[in-house]
Amino acid sequence: MDINFSDFNFLPWLIPIGPLLAFAIITLITNRSRMVPATDHHEYGGHHPDYDGMEVPVVTPYSRVASIVVGMAGAVAAWLISMVVFFEAIAVEQLGLDDRIFASSVDWLSLGTEVFRMGVLVDPLTTVMLFMVPIAVLCIFIYSIGYMAHDPRQARFFSLISLFAGAMLTLVVADNLLLLFVGWEVMGLCSYMLIGFWFEKKSAYRAAIKAFTVTRVADVIMLLGIAYLYALTYDFYGFGTLNFRDVLYNAEFLDYAASTNAIIFGGLGFSAAAVIGIFLIIGTIGKSAQFPFHVWLPDAMEGPTPVSAMIHAAAMVSAGIYAIVRMYPLFEAGGYPHGGEMTAPLMLMAVVGGFTALFAATIAVAQDDVKRVLAYSTISQLGFMMAALGIGAYIAAFFHLITHAFFKALLFMASGSVIHAMEHGEHHVHEHHHAHDDHHAHHHDEETPQDGTVPTDAEAHPPEELEDQEYLEYPRSRLADEPFDAQDMMNMGGLKDRIPVTAITFAIGGLSLAGFPLITAGFWSKDEILADAWYIFSGYGSGIHFFVFVMLAVAAFLTAFYTARQLCLTFLGEPRTEEAKHAGLGGPRNVVSITMQLPLIILAFFAIFAGFIGVPPEFPIFGAVLSPEGNRFFDFVKYTLLVDMQPGKPPFNWIPVLASFAVALGGLAVGYWMYGRKPLEAGEEDPMKRILPPPIYNLLRNKYYIDELYQIIFVRPSQWFSRVVVSTFIDRGIIDGFIHLMARISNFIGDLLKAFNLWLIDGVGDGIPQGVGRFGYWLRRVQTGRVQQYLILVLLAALLIGLILVVSTGLAAGG
Amino acid sequence: MQTLDVFGLDPLSVLIVAPALGALLVVALPDNNKWLARWVSLVISLGIGLLATIVFFEYDRTEPGYQFVTNVDWFNLIGASWHVGIDGISASMVLLTGILVPLAILISWEVEDLAKVHLALILFFQTGLMGVFVALDLMIFFLFYELSLVPIYFLINQWGGKNRKYASTKFFIYSMGGTLGMLLATQLIGWTAGTFDIAELSVIWPAGEYANDGIFLGISVATVKALTFIGFFIAFCIKVPVWPFHTWLPDAHGEAPTAGSMLLAGVMLKLGAYGFIRLVIPLFPDVWVSQIDLFGLAFTVAGLFAFLAMLGIVLGAFAAFGQNDIKRLVAYSSVNHMGFVALGIAAMAVAYGQMYVDGATAFGQDGIIAANGAVLQMFNHGLSSAGMFLLAGAIYHKTHTRDLRDYGGLWVKAPIYGGVFIFTSMASLGLPGLNGFVSEFLVVRGSWPVFTVLTAVSMVGLLFTGAYILKGIRATLHGPFNMRWRDTRLEIEVRELIAIAPLMVLMLVTGIFPNWILPIINDSVTRMMNGF
Repeated sequence: MDINFSDFNFLPWLIPIGPLLAFAIITLITNRSRMVPATDHHEYGGHHPDYDGMEVPVVTPYSRVASIVVGMAGAVAAWLISMVVFFEAIAVEQLGLDDRIFASSVDWLSLGTEVFRMGVLVDPLTTVMLFMVPIAVLCIFIYSIGYMAHDPRQARFFSLISLFAGAMLTLVVADNLLLLFVGWEVMGLCSYMLIGFWFEKKSAYRAAIKAFTVTRVADVIMLLGIAYLYALTYDFYGFGTLNFRDVLYNAEFLDYAASTNAIIFGGLGFSAAAVIGIFLIIGTIGKSAQFPFHVWLPDAMEGPTPVSAMIHAAAMVSAGIYAIVRMYPLFEAGGYPHGGEMTAPLMLMAVVGGFTALFAATIAVAQDDVKRVLAYSTISQLGFMMAALGIGAYIAAFFHLITHAFFKALLFMASGSVIHAMEHGEHHVHEHHHAHDDHHAHHHDEETPQDGTVPTDAEAHPPEELEDQEYLEYPRSRLADEPFDAQDMMNMGGLKDRIPVTAITFAIGGLSLAGFPLITAGFWSKDEILADAWYIFSGYGSGIHFFVFVMLAVAAFLTAFYTARQLCLTFLGEPRTEEAKHAGLGGPRNVVSITMQLPLIILAFFAIFAGFIGVPPEFPIFGAVLSPEGNRFFDFVKYTLLVDMQPGKPPFNWIPVLASFAVALGGLAVGYWMYGRKPLEAGEEDPMKRILPPPIYNLLRNKYYIDELYQIIFVRPSQWFSRVVVSTFIDRGIIDGFIHLMARISNFIGDLLKAFNLWLIDGVGDGIPQGVGRFGYWLRRVQTGRVQQYLILVLLAALLIGLILVVSTGLAAGG
Repeated sequence: MQTLDVFGLDPLSVLIVAPALGALLVVALPDNNKWLARWVSLVISLGIGLLATIVFFEYDRTEPGYQFVTNVDWFNLIGASWHVGIDGISASMVLLTGILVPLAILISWEVEDLAKVHLALILFFQTGLMGVFVALDLMIFFLFYELSLVPIYFLINQWGGKNRKYASTKFFIYSMGGTLGMLLATQLIGWTAGTFDIAELSVIWPAGEYANDGIFLGISVATVKALTFIGFFIAFCIKVPVWPFHTWLPDAHGEAPTAGSMLLAGVMLKLGAYGFIRLVIPLFPDVWVSQIDLFGLAFTVAGLFAFLAMLGIVLGAFAAFGQNDIKRLVAYSSVNHMGFVALGIAAMAVAYGQMYVDGATAFGQDGIIAANGAVLQMFNHGLSSAGMFLLAGAIYHKTHTRDLRDYGGLWVKAPIYGGVFIFTSMASLGLPGLNGFVSEFLVVRGSWPVFTVLTAVSMVGLLFTGAYILKGIRATLHGPFNMRWRDTRLEIEVRELIAIAPLMVLMLVTGIFPNWILPIINDSVTRMMNGF
């Protein structure tokens, strides 16, 4: 095949190119900083008080603009091409069936007589992802313009986030597991770099290392799964392949994988498919932060907020679920979850997912940090998807992945907006304390475009040309470990009057997360998962399906509850601190305000309407209106799978629907009753503390002490083992000890011989020693201890050898 | 047959002799002009690098057998001849050596003390390295293998860190200890088989067609075989290094001057791995798959080797994680990475041995993939370890300390250095998209069906690779800026940037498009494994 990018089989190659190119351009060309003296007033972004008097790099205005332009160009290009591919793909009838796909590949690795091929693939799964990911990415990019406007390393941020987007898009269009893994790991690197973006801060670099290390535990196991799958396809096909269509769209291969005894753990009755499946699922447990690998995700909140949105919505954690949705036929091989027949990988997913969904939700109810609540809610929601996949609700899980991506990106960015507003309030208070000025007089307008005015203030400032000094103006709390916490919901309250757009969109996202019935996207996707679980439980009496149903229902109740708690604590009532009183984004018409709130509006649209694409046709009224020709999402996505493996649609049943209604409305009602009816006053204690017994409250608040536990059983022992056992004891003690012992023995023998010689020579007489002495004296002159002379001797020897070589070669050539 | 003339001489001999002549030229330059010596040595090494590159690309991978062969009488008395030539495996190593030496010379421009001798030694070192990679005669192989020790000994001994005397002596004695056995083995083989020709030996030595009926001083053939195997095995194990023969490495690499560390880790370790592939596997296919009973456990020699490789991967990573000295950390990372080479070689040996003994093997493709992975890993480790040592040296040169705890937050003052450091670290970590991943994946894939459990346990090492790399980045770049370096110039110098740029390009290109080099390795490996 000739490469021709007007051919739709080749077009997907171009999707990740834009952001990747943007990364390269920003990194190599436009990322320029200038050394500026960090004075007391203009600390280096407030990072470190010791920078005073030192020259520190601050990104130049040119670089600031150029990096934004380049980064945006890459993201827009990716979005446009994705849209072209998307519309082309949905125009195909039954896309995914047999050869109705867009695909192309190139030779990548020559191994023996075969070649490993890398390529791109567009099937229904990819198509849907190509709709969701670029939009979310674009929103995040726009949002970052405002959010990072005052960061001294803004250009670096745009370069990394471009790479992140490029890696995610690579993963989406990949046609094989290895390329998917490439995107997967590059994203891991980006998340590491971005979580540790403010790298001076201890909590930031620690969180970054934690995220990378914890996900790497899972990744190395996943790598084994990939290697095993690659070996297994060689046994079956006679050539190795990791191509999704070869592996997953071939019933014979799936049968073969399910009926072959595994090379490892085979004695326990596992099939090859089961072992590969479990290895791959462990990879996802790490990437999607499921128990017991969930610990990295809440700490990942140390990164700038757009990163949180990127990690939790558009990219990283979604990638984990996407990978197992993608590999699902392999997990299902040998079983039939829709008939209650489970396989080992499915069981693992159901148990881990179900448990995590509830486990994380219980932690979220006791957290005060606005982003941390969302982090735990993400873990919990990913547990929903994992459990749904485990019980065979393949399409419902994927549907929830898409709706969740929209509303969670929305929630994170809205919370970032809240934090920004709070920091602004703090800045205002800080300034106010310094120069006892009237805070309505905009006394620091010259220094920052984000002024302490409330949005109701008619005097909004147009975006001004930013002056050098302004770049250095930076909210302190984000970097320095200071007492005021702009992310603590206990410090907020009453923000709905100060940032109304954020408040409304936040509420939409929250309600969607809570699964507010009928009008939110979250309701429809969650409802489908419960419907599937209930249907298979009631039809086949499958215990695991009942377990999942109960766990998810309870988790959904808690989700609705903590969402209500979060909304009430943040937006309702009166401000509980001075900072909250002055919170704001600087009026409706400045750059920060616009770029940070526009994406919220876009995402809020999808947080409501994305759900209507997958309404079950039997659903009263809504089904008839929205899905007259059947569930469109379902009918489109199911052709990803072999026709025989496509899941059945559960018939309409009131029990799961009423359960969905009950848990969502019940949770919201209880939350409102506790926090909204009479909003918290300043200094008032969290009602949660009064209701829960202290040991349980502390247990939840401290996340079941799992971090501490891991510290004791994994981190410290491995540090001790590497330092004390391996480096000191084995290497220096035993191995070097042996070497040194040998050296000492040789020395001893040598000394012995020397002594013997001396004795012998002394005994023999003076003649020989004198001769030796004279020889030694002569030799000493050679042994001058000057290295040059040694070297010259060495080189002379080399020259001699060289001469012999040349002469002999010449002789041979001459005959 | 590929032919290439360099002024009427064969290119491989030129690759060997030219660096030594260049070294002499540099020594002969006047003492008072350091810059002259620097430029002359750089130009010479660039010329050699260019020739190595031309040789690599002129090499025709589709043609079986060795290419650019020169075979002339040299030492008839003992049956040794000047026999040089390359196949795909040696071609990639020649290329690696050709690339790294000019970069090392560029880096040693920073040496002020006896600069021209330092530079001359590096060139002289190249002679030894090139000689080993192109030698097709066992005697020549041994000669250059030994020769390469001398210059690096002096480099460590004279220009090394505080503990240089101990490190250089340890390195020298360790290596000599190994090569002593190798010398005896070489002599035994030469005497018994009547030839030192490697290609010829690969056929007659395992088949047992010996001169004098293979009886040497009344010792049986089996004993001769076992002795020679052990001689080679230990010598190459020390060089790779395979655990537990590795403790010379952190000292030598840690104390060596930057250029010395770059070439030690980048090229010299490959001599051992290359020795395994070129000599120990073809000469002793049956020994690798023979059973050993020890303490009631039965395992094959290859299995034992794989076990040691696994220990190298895992314990090497742990040991690196336990270091507080940046150069020792990077040095231990070599133990970890070369463990993957050893694991690949073990899987290759099983496939080759079974093929030889039984005429069939279930691991044919696995062996080929593992062998590809091992050779590619040799190349990749050459790039990334040289890069890491370059960067460690760059920061040492400016701060005069190697203790990680003395750094901290340096990214603030050295943004470009930080970016380069992270890039190179990620290549070393095996991040997909960069070179190390491809070869590690191939080794894991190749050895998985052969040594399933050992491969699985090796993953612990891969995990801790991440841990020590992140530790290095964290201690150097992250955290609050250490005000001790407030007035120190920390940013990478242009010269250093020029030296590392080619490495970075190759890391990226090999990661994204490994097929620029892999087919050349693969064709030779496949032919070797298929027995022709």
